[in-house]
Amino acid sequence: MNAIADGGLAVTLPRERWQEFGRFAREELGCRYFNWLSAVDWKDQGLEVLCRVENLDAALVLTMRTRLAAGETACPTLTALYRGADWMERECYDMFGVVFEGHPDLRRILLSEDWEGYPLRKDYAVDTPFAPYR
Amino acid sequence: MPETQTKQVVEVGYGGNERLMMNMGPQHPSSHGVFRMILTLAGETVVGVDAVIGYLHRCHEKLGETLTYVQYPSIASKTDYVAAMTSELAYVCAVEKIGKFEVPRRAQYLRVVAAELQRIASHCLWLGTWCLDMGGALGGGATVFLYCIREREMVLDRFEELTGARLLYGFHQIGGTRYDAPPGWDKKVRETVDFIEARIDEYEAMLEDNTFFRVRTQGVGVISRELAQEVGVSGPLIRGSGVSYDVRRAEPYSSYQDFDFVVPVETAGDCYARYRVRMVEFRQSIRIVRQALDGLPEGPISSRPGVKSVGQVRVPKGEGYTRVEGARGEVGCYIVSDGGPKPYRMKWRGASFSNLAVLPHIVPGHKVADVVAIMGSVDPVFGEVDR
Repeated sequence: MNAIADGGLAVTLPRERWQEFGRFAREELGCRYFNWLSAVDWKDQGLEVLCRVENLDAALVLTMRTRLAAGETACPTLTALYRGADWMERECYDMFGVVFEGHPDLRRILLSEDWEGYPLRKDYAVDTPFAPYR
Repeated sequence: MPETQTKQVVEVGYGGNERLMMNMGPQHPSSHGVFRMILTLAGETVVGVDAVIGYLHRCHEKLGETLTYVQYPSIASKTDYVAAMTSELAYVCAVEKIGKFEVPRRAQYLRVVAAELQRIASHCLWLGTWCLDMGGALGGGATVFLYCIREREMVLDRFEELTGARLLYGFHQIGGTRYDAPPGWDKKVRETVDFIEARIDEYEAMLEDNTFFRVRTQGVGVISRELAQEVGVSGPLIRGSGVSYDVRRAEPYSSYQDFDFVVPVETAGDCYARYRVRMVEFRQSIRIVRQALDGLPEGPISSRPGVKSVGQVRVPKGEGYTRVEGARGEVGCYIVSDGGPKPYRMKWRGASFSNLAVLPHIVPGHKVADVVAIMGSVDPVFGEVDR
């Protein structure tokens, strides 16, 4: 456990304990407020998924993070715990290609269905052409 | 649906058990942007919503990784273009926090004045367009809209005097503000807020004494306290659902701890509650503007050189999330720095994105006409939803 720059708690978890800890955060720590979920692409060190939940009454801020192995894209979903995870995970899938296992409706949300590639990955160049405008 | 168990649901027919898929948007006037909803209807009642967003997507997060810390703030205002001051502020605050840049007190106060004036302008636009959407029942429909736009113009005039721009300002820079208040500006701002304060009473009298307005908003689009937290809505939406959560109070930034203001909370969670919260926020913003102008310290407006000698900002390795209270709720910026002149990763937490995500949970069960009222009360700005 270590603090990140904004004073909250950060917990780094193995992927298998992602849902289990999410339930602990929600039920035991009272972190009912789902703030955001996103990812960081660490190139050859794999993707890292981050999720920020809060207990507004106790002013407790918790950032959960898990590192996926290089080339790995599967991550368990939090949609069963937080309804807000639905759109956030879809956005993360859209931008990073993280496949949230168990998500009820995992499709692209901001880009069109036929988009190729995942724009926020580091290997995706800014000027990547998109059909039919290639 | 209980009735579907006894009656086979069909797509066409006359048995009262048919479902109609109706497309609403992307160019529907009430969406104030480009937003499509695929509604499943049983008669005139909505039973399912599939929200389609992304029409305004510009991938701001990738842009943020390709532009330097100095370049990006003026682009940041294009996320929430109705409240551009606060989206710029979110970005520069994040960089200042990771890079440990000092912000002079005068700049902090000017930022507060700008942010609160922006909240007034944004709420004016929200109230006007929302009443316009709900249409003729509110005394000619366009009446409230024209009044609100008139008041918003006055605020935009003040911004024009301050920054030279009326919509996208480029007012904030890392380490302070780019422009100082011109001579006599504070007097004009005081006159503006005095004028608007008197007008707010008029709006309330016009709307709250109107039975049609109450019928169309009370008990419509109820967000429960539990749902509000789970989906992560913020701003007037969560305060309308009985949660006293305001970033200005929870985690004060830019000297907000110096000011005396009330965080309004309503418990009903319906459109009317959200309306009430915003009406009180108008007055609280005016209060904060007056306090900030009264206490405006003398001194420099930026700890870094001005715009003509920007140079590069170097931020040490690290990461951080900073949030500010925008007109629509928590606007946050998560930045990972690798020590270079550009962020390694920049994530926007747009208030409108999370606020809009609540729509599929609250719209089913309402009539199609209520969809417009509910969407207006959520006050989404699609530049911020799609980023």
